[in-house]
Amino acid sequence: MRIGVVTFPGSLDDRDAARAIRLAGADAVSLWHGDHDLHGVDALVLPGGFSYGDYLRAGAIASLSPIMTEVIDAANKGMPVLGICNGFQMLTEAHLLDGGLIRNDKGRFICRDQGLRIENNASDWTSEFSANAEIVIPLKNGEGSFMASDETLKALEGEGRIVARYIGGNPNGSLNDIAGVTNARGNVVGLMPHPEHAVEAGFGPDTDDAMASGVDGLTFFTSVIAGALVAR
Amino acid sequence: MPTIVVEVMPKAELLDPQGKAVAGALGRLGQTQSALANVTGVRVGKRFEISIEGEADADALAAVRELADTVLSNSVIEDVVGIHVQDAPSSAVA
Repeated sequence: MRIGVVTFPGSLDDRDAARAIRLAGADAVSLWHGDHDLHGVDALVLPGGFSYGDYLRAGAIASLSPIMTEVIDAANKGMPVLGICNGFQMLTEAHLLDGGLIRNDKGRFICRDQGLRIENNASDWTSEFSANAEIVIPLKNGEGSFMASDETLKALEGEGRIVARYIGGNPNGSLNDIAGVTNARGNVVGLMPHPEHAVEAGFGPDTDDAMASGVDGLTFFTSVIAGALVAR
Repeated sequence: MPTIVVEVMPKAELLDPQGKAVAGALGRLGQTQSALANVTGVRVGKRFEISIEGEADADALAAVRELADTVLSNSVIEDVVGIHVQDAPSSAVA
């Protein structure tokens, strides 16, 4: 399986995302924001960072990039797309996901290992998690507070489209402790925390067993690979 | 050169952490500066000044309105609160 990672001006975590993809067992393909070409990939990751310095709104200018025409088209045809942090912001700005992200309620940039509960294990990116799995992966953002209208929130909750919820304290004021959502089809997922930073022992969050041994993030990537094998 | 001004504010019902932080600082100043003592809130928004060639006519305003709704603001978290025309880009008030 080939999974593309799009680099935008100001992307930071594109290389980590590519490494996570390789560790999960797929080929990572570097894609460029200015191209109109997905190079035949089977899935896409929009990585974290500060594209265009968060000017205008976080993710807004990147969501208008040339390659987003192809990304939106592929997503609407069912290609798995994962937006992490700034990538999540891009997906909301591109109207591929509902809601929006605003500045953290405490006015602080938050960087910490964050507990999450995976509440939807049917999406393309979470299918290998057990129901209501509790995991820990890094969270690092300044504008991660998930907002949506009451109506949208009801729909997200009612249709089981909350992929992940913060546990052990809401870090940023997100409504209903929402850390990630998916679309109706379950192929497009946006996550504020960073699974790509918890994929290799020695470099992940601390666990009860050992320092930096947390690899809970890897399952997002193995999920999409497993899904592709089933589809074949 | 006509300039079309677009003003965007965070939705009133959403927390505005930036405005809250500024209001907090004013509150602290207000303890020593009585002119600030009656400030009850601050909200921080954005102002865009779009310079155009030709007339700022109905067509130009409609195009900017479209731009304001689709690019300059995100209706999930913000409202376009004003669009108006002025003769030139703003300069400092006297």
